[in-house]
Amino acid sequence: MTWAMFVQHTLNGLTLGSLYALIAIGYTMVYGILRLINFAHSEIFMLGAYFVFWGITLFYLPWALAIVGAVIVTASVGILVDRVAYRPLRDAPRISALISAIGVSFFLQNVTIVVFGALPRQVHRPAWLEDPILMGDVRVLPLTLFVPALSLLLMLGLVWIVYKTKPGLGMRAISKDIETSYIMGVPVNRIISLTFGIGSALAAASGIMWALRYPQLQPVMGSIPGFKAFIAAVFGGIGSIPGAVIGGVMLGVIEIMAVAFFPDLAGYRDAFAFVLLIVILLLKPTGLMGEKLEDKV
Amino acid sequence: MLKIQDLHVYYGGIHALKGISIEVPKGKVVTLIGCNGAGKSSTLRAIAGLIKNKKGTITYNGSDLSKLGPVEVVKSGIVMSPEGRRIFPHLTVLENLRLGAYSRSDAPQIGKDIDWIFELFPKLRERKDQKGGTLSGGEQQMLALGRALMSAADVVMMDEPSLGLAPMLVKEVFDIIAAIHQQGKTVLLVEQNAFAALKIAHYAYVLEVGAIVLQGTGAELIADVRVREAYLGG
Ligand SMILES: Nc1ncnc2c1ncn2[C@@H]1O[C@H](COP(=O)(O)OP(=O)(O)O)[C@@H](O)[C@H]1O
Ligand SMILES: [Mg+2]
Repeated sequence: MTWAMFVQHTLNGLTLGSLYALIAIGYTMVYGILRLINFAHSEIFMLGAYFVFWGITLFYLPWALAIVGAVIVTASVGILVDRVAYRPLRDAPRISALISAIGVSFFLQNVTIVVFGALPRQVHRPAWLEDPILMGDVRVLPLTLFVPALSLLLMLGLVWIVYKTKPGLGMRAISKDIETSYIMGVPVNRIISLTFGIGSALAAASGIMWALRYPQLQPVMGSIPGFKAFIAAVFGGIGSIPGAVIGGVMLGVIEIMAVAFFPDLAGYRDAFAFVLLIVILLLKPTGLMGEKLEDKV
Repeated sequence: MLKIQDLHVYYGGIHALKGISIEVPKGKVVTLIGCNGAGKSSTLRAIAGLIKNKKGTITYNGSDLSKLGPVEVVKSGIVMSPEGRRIFPHLTVLENLRLGAYSRSDAPQIGKDIDWIFELFPKLRERKDQKGGTLSGGEQQMLALGRALMSAADVVMMDEPSLGLAPMLVKEVFDIIAAIHQQGKTVLLVEQNAFAALKIAHYAYVLEVGAIVLQGTGAELIADVRVREAYLGG
């Protein structure tokens, strides 16, 4: 393998990894606060992509407006899912919310099939995204540089919210002790909504970039990336935001590199994530950055 | 004045509080003593808005609190420092204090109040950037009280603040409670350390299996033979 190819693969890995990481953050934030695996999160990713497509083909919106609009609408859907499907079950056994999440996941997939049809749709990318950029011998699509850069920006924004703002302080508090947060005056439900909103907005951003990178829309398009991002979150240590980022990026890079070094294994590409998961769960059950998991009552 | 009338609390089929009535006049220290399981925490948690399954009336300065959730209760001026301290171990001392001020939006005054807490508890200032979980038990108790004070509530409810502390620290905690009262706060104190609590209390209630069995001024109860036998070791 030449040096140029190595750089190219690394950049591709970072692109894929950033997209996983953005989804993984949503899984990990919701889990951190509610100890709930939000199975509907992969459909939130899918909806983000569909909404952009909808905005452009139905309302003839310019790209920028369609993207911003789609992110906002998707974040609202994420908040609504919590309000309708999870909040009423807050005091119920945890398995109830989990089953509810699976139900929402199927529901959103099927609503998408009804509204948009089950057939895959092509995404027509803006022309400037099609011309490769040349850097010496390295040839990359603009998205390959753009995706990791934008993802990094979004993650820095998230870090700022979580560590520098008052709602962020509230999030960190309720992730440890909801009841004490309540008696200190933290509006817990509002903070939970905010958490779903942020996680969903990041998943939407990922879905949109995904649809530009692999220009096709399908109602089930969230399943595989969503599942891998969930694995990335567990791999990084579920509940930990840095863990989700590291897990996602590592998974993306490993996946691309494995295929690059062992082309014969390309058919098993989707299995790498599971191998990685099994290995980490055997070696360090709490994941890379995970704290000891105390069971919440 | 905080006034509780005929308060009942249920946990599923368990009738934990069987109609208790308490008055906490403004600026006073009122204590609630009793054995483990008597219902002391349930009383405070019901006032704080944490228990939905309750009956009776809770009024503060005439307005009804019994339907309010915990956030509204804090905003109306009553805060609880919970049993077992429950500080946030992964947040710094400063962040714990800021969290106590979550219901407020008067940023400049919050800054001044943090300074005030640091004067009250100089040890916390030294450790302000340290994670709460790295503090000693006594320091954690100070942080828990400081965090509650940061809400700027006039009524501070404390659930067993001396629990699990070495005797020297217990004395320090009671000195701090006296200091908090000196600062003009109204205190509703729950304690198993009956003697120390009765000594600083203006008025006291004795709780047994969910009902009030005795009440009087702190001095009266210290002198009461039934209290001496049951709670003060004869
Ligand atoms: N969450 C709960 N579920 C069921 N029973 C409870 C719960 N909390 C307290 N109790 C019961 O209510 C009674 C009063 O408890 P509590 O108010 O904690 O007493 P104290 O603080 O005086 O020790 C006890 O019998 C206790 O077992
Ligand atoms: Mg108790």
